[in-house]
Amino acid sequence: MAQAAAVAKPPAPPGRRRASATPRRLPYLLIAPAALLMLGFIAYPVVSVFYYSLQNYNPTKPWRNGYAGFDNFVHAFTSDPQFWGTLTFSAKWVVVEVGLQLLFGLALALIVNQTFVGRAVGRALVFSPWAVSGVLTSAIWVLLYNSQTGITRYLADMGIGSYGTSWLSDTATVFPAAIVADLWRGVPFFAILILADLQSVSRDLYEAAEVDGATRLQQFWHITLPHLKDAIVLSTLLRAVWEFNNVDLLYTLTGGGPAGETTTLPLYIANTSVDAHNFGYASALTTVAFVILLFCSIVYLRLSKFGGGNK
Amino acid sequence: MITKEAPQVAPAPVRAVPEPPRPAERRRAWDEVPRWQIYLPLSIYLVFTLIPFYWILLFALRPAGSTSLVPWPMTFDHFGKVWNERSFGVYFQNSVLVGIATLVMTTVVALAGGYALARFDFKIKRGFMLALLCTQFVPGALLLVPLFEIFANLRMINSLASVVIAETVFQLPLSMILISGFIRNVPYSLEEAAWVDGCNRFTSFRIVVLPLLRPGLIAVGSFAFVHAWNHFLFALMFLSDQGKQTIPVGLNTLMSADSVDLGALAAGGIIAAVPVVIVFAFIQKWLITGFSAGAVKG
Repeated sequence: MAQAAAVAKPPAPPGRRRASATPRRLPYLLIAPAALLMLGFIAYPVVSVFYYSLQNYNPTKPWRNGYAGFDNFVHAFTSDPQFWGTLTFSAKWVVVEVGLQLLFGLALALIVNQTFVGRAVGRALVFSPWAVSGVLTSAIWVLLYNSQTGITRYLADMGIGSYGTSWLSDTATVFPAAIVADLWRGVPFFAILILADLQSVSRDLYEAAEVDGATRLQQFWHITLPHLKDAIVLSTLLRAVWEFNNVDLLYTLTGGGPAGETTTLPLYIANTSVDAHNFGYASALTTVAFVILLFCSIVYLRLSKFGGGNK
Repeated sequence: MITKEAPQVAPAPVRAVPEPPRPAERRRAWDEVPRWQIYLPLSIYLVFTLIPFYWILLFALRPAGSTSLVPWPMTFDHFGKVWNERSFGVYFQNSVLVGIATLVMTTVVALAGGYALARFDFKIKRGFMLALLCTQFVPGALLLVPLFEIFANLRMINSLASVVIAETVFQLPLSMILISGFIRNVPYSLEEAAWVDGCNRFTSFRIVVLPLLRPGLIAVGSFAFVHAWNHFLFALMFLSDQGKQTIPVGLNTLMSADSVDLGALAAGGIIAAVPVVIVFAFIQKWLITGFSAGAVKG
């Protein structure tokens, strides 16, 4: 400390240096609270997950606890059909969900970017589900899908579906039903991000294209889409990771059922750890999920060139 | 089309002539989209968006057992019931506490860190930025077990503080990136001018930077509040006392009950939505700019 002061003092021009006293330590002091919180509650847990993944660790079976080597991983990949099932479902869930969200979100953003009467109200209304939480989305769609009094009953009157079946408890309908519920909330997210970027497209480009006789489809393909590329890449990856990790919606909407049909890997991990107390195995599954996400994050870093502008 | 092109490319002196029709043409190029191509898909989407909202209102306001499609006669019994008998009054209070505490902690800690990232070059800066980004890929749900252990060791299980810390930690990285983006938009020369006038770094920050940051801080704080308000898993896992639970957990309890009381569920859902609706109505004008300034542009 004394050394730093000694180095800093002599050349100090009185006005500015005094104001920025101890500039060497200040940034570290400023990030210290955040860094400590993240070390303690993110970094340490991550490390301990890796540690537990190599252990047999089950509070209800303490006699079996101890070092397990890679047994947990071997078990997951070779003799746990549920693991493969949940992994496949996770992939299916993320791809279908994010793909549809992107498609509809892009369309919605293009529409509300036009000028038309009632745009402000229209925007506010179509974006509103974005603010609704996963659990609340579940609650709303549980009401809608209820077999006795839900919208399914009124649809059955019109010949869509049949009476008395809940779309959430039938293996044939649960996947589209859950997808629609999540789309309701997810499409506005994409639309907002894409809209933010759409507003920065220069109109001159469209004018020039118009003059050259480009059709609207061509304008979209050659001007709008390339301009949106970065925003689309970023929001798609963010959303994919988020959809992969999120358990709020499916946990409360279907509980992973019927018959494990809608159990994602994170949901399976939560069940394995919290209900079955098999912490060692859950940690191994977590590690696998983490590696998958890390792979995604590397792709994400590559594509978005994050930090390039910050020197 | 081609004849119109000529005046625009033509040398400067001629430009005075084609100037007037330009606004009209500008409008054409962009807004030529037939109205029905806007209103038809938008209406369909609007119906999809609004039916669920209508449905929850319907269930909350019509008497139990009614199958009417209009909430008439209207009743507020479900709200009273869910607030008193299902302890949503208590949940609401807990959620408000968790939300506000998370908001304050996230904003203060992220403000300090964001300032450092925006205004200083220091050795570990790049590494720290990278760490911030990597946290986005650390699934909070997957860290439940170690987090549970940490809070158990700290004897904080069953205290709202555990949820506040967990929510704050997972809000911090993005908040810090956003805030440092906002600070970068405030010219450094403003602060330097204040130093010349005799302010120290802290007062110059308070007097010069902070007022300009207000919209950004409101956006970041609101996101922290809304996330803490909505998030479910940490509260479910760390709080075992029913009297300590938050609204999302209360909703889940209503949903997983053996015979679901749909009226109560709907009323509870509306109670859960009200603060979020208020927050978003309040911050809406900053939403899109906040996003495009901080998140998308990095």
